[in-house]
Amino acid sequence: MTLMTPFALSLSKGRSFLRRAKGRASTGSARTALLAAAALFATPAAAQLRVDVSGGIAQPMPIAIPVMPTPAATGTPAGDTASLGQRVAEIVTNDLKGSGLFSPLPQGQLAPVAFAQVTAPDFPFWTQTGAQALVQGFVQANGDGSLTVGCYLYDVVSGAEIARQGFVVQPAAWRRGAHKCADTVYTRLTGEGPYFDSRVVYVSETGPKKKRIKRLAIMDQDGANHRFLTNGRAIVLTPRFAPNQQTIAYMSFENDRPRVYVYQIGSGTQRLVVDQPNMTFAPRFSPDGRSIVFSMAVNGNTDIYRVPASGGQPVRLTTSPGIDTSASYSPDGSKIVFESDRGGGQQLYVMNADGSGQQRISFGGGRYATPVWSPRGDLIAFTKIGGGFSVGIMSPTGGGERILTHGWQDEGPTFSPNGRVIMFFRTGQGSGKADLWSVDLTGVNERRIPTPLDGSDPAWGPLLP
Amino acid sequence: MANLPFRIVMASALALAVAGCAKKKPAELPPPPASGPADTGADTSGTSTQTGDVPGSRADFLRQAGTDTVYFVTDSHDIDSEAQAILLRQAQWLARNPRVRVTVEGHADERGTREYNLALGDRRANSAKNFLAANGVDAGRISVISYGKERPAATGSDESAWAQNRRAVTVVPVGGTGF
Repeated sequence: MTLMTPFALSLSKGRSFLRRAKGRASTGSARTALLAAAALFATPAAAQLRVDVSGGIAQPMPIAIPVMPTPAATGTPAGDTASLGQRVAEIVTNDLKGSGLFSPLPQGQLAPVAFAQVTAPDFPFWTQTGAQALVQGFVQANGDGSLTVGCYLYDVVSGAEIARQGFVVQPAAWRRGAHKCADTVYTRLTGEGPYFDSRVVYVSETGPKKKRIKRLAIMDQDGANHRFLTNGRAIVLTPRFAPNQQTIAYMSFENDRPRVYVYQIGSGTQRLVVDQPNMTFAPRFSPDGRSIVFSMAVNGNTDIYRVPASGGQPVRLTTSPGIDTSASYSPDGSKIVFESDRGGGQQLYVMNADGSGQQRISFGGGRYATPVWSPRGDLIAFTKIGGGFSVGIMSPTGGGERILTHGWQDEGPTFSPNGRVIMFFRTGQGSGKADLWSVDLTGVNERRIPTPLDGSDPAWGPLLP
Repeated sequence: MANLPFRIVMASALALAVAGCAKKKPAELPPPPASGPADTGADTSGTSTQTGDVPGSRADFLRQAGTDTVYFVTDSHDIDSEAQAILLRQAQWLARNPRVRVTVEGHADERGTREYNLALGDRRANSAKNFLAANGVDAGRISVISYGKERPAATGSDESAWAQNRRAVTVVPVGGTGF
């Protein structure tokens, strides 16, 4: 059997990111190719197979994701290809179920799929299971030590293939093949951008409330591949990814000097960003990765500054006598949303990237804090303080405010790469223990993100290349 | 008024601490009296040698200034009259011990967002620093650090715990000048 791959990805040895195979299409044209293929195969019924994501999720789509067969069981450093086929199907299942938009059939209702059936599904069987969509695929070991994960999406009712993708990965990155497959299914059926193949950096917490030990940690969006980046000797706070995903800006109390640092994931080194006698905090990268916007407290007055990510002279962007902090760029880099208590309490403001044109956008009751701009540009998420602490969203001009969560203390939202899901942290009353949660933009599908210890200050990275 | 029960707790804690000091016999010979112009001799009612506190040490500071901590109301960095009285005693002690450098730590309660609370803690630390400086302490002797909500003194999630956590702490090195 020959797999037609609209585009293939391969992982270069010793690197933790995927590299496109030489001479293959870019992501943009790959998507075009995918859509073209879908259009070619789509029947009218298939064109209607779509998850409605506009409102709340009325009814998740029933979908079947059977174990993926292998053409030949082959041992690899990640396990043999037969067991990988089972684990890939599990990851695709968890991803799609976790989105809240799909209802994967339980294992007991699935039938084994022979390798020859991957491109010729038993539609009568799948129809009687009630599944509307079917994901089949395979895991194959290649001669060069890499793996191919084949991924096919079918409309069960019309019996049509509506998407197919092949992913070539190194065994160590086999999970990414599964996430890419889930992203293929998700984007084809929802019309939303992909987000499963992404990572989260956050602060892992443990220890007594008076003396929490805080460490930077990084993990896949589903909690897998968890890794600590710092040893907990110094308090670390508010990590944020650079667009290139190899650099993280954060705040550390190293040597009792609370300052903004950048951490290089590859080398594990950290570097002070601005050498000033004052506290610097609340860093975020510009969308082009060239600048870091941050806050600096000078004699009790906190303003927002910008500095080249490589270091240099900070440029002051705000001058109000209040606390101006929590700056976040719009995805096009032209504007910055931030919070300020210049009017009395914390409220949200938007300014041009050079600091001009500062305008308040939040006017509801209570206080508004920690704004973050959606990567899609259409929304700003924030912490609302009024009675409790909740996470909410509003438009960049301040309209359409919606409160999404209601914990004792929900705080610090961050958007998924497609702007569809918001992760935040929830602190318990009394215990002070925090953990990570996510919620759909519509306010449904609230779920806890598994972490080995407690967790706070999540930052969702961009989609992996 | 909400602070009242806590004040009582503080007062008894202080009394215990003082009692503990008083009972403890000096492990070694009392140090020689502090020399220099700082020792005005005006405050002889509780000389350090009586309790074994090394002049200029943290223990000496805590005993003579009464406390190292002042408190703030929610979301405020104003130094109220109670805090003024405490900081005045701290300033007087610092005037008598001119070689001691201090760090003022600013803290916030947990009911604020992380980044805002770092800024608020910095405001509080600077309020206390500015008050000390206005009362004769060289500002160059005072550094500030904000811990935001990262290092609470009380662990509850209620008004009395939050009141104890909205604070600025004047930290004298344990041994005094060894800063």
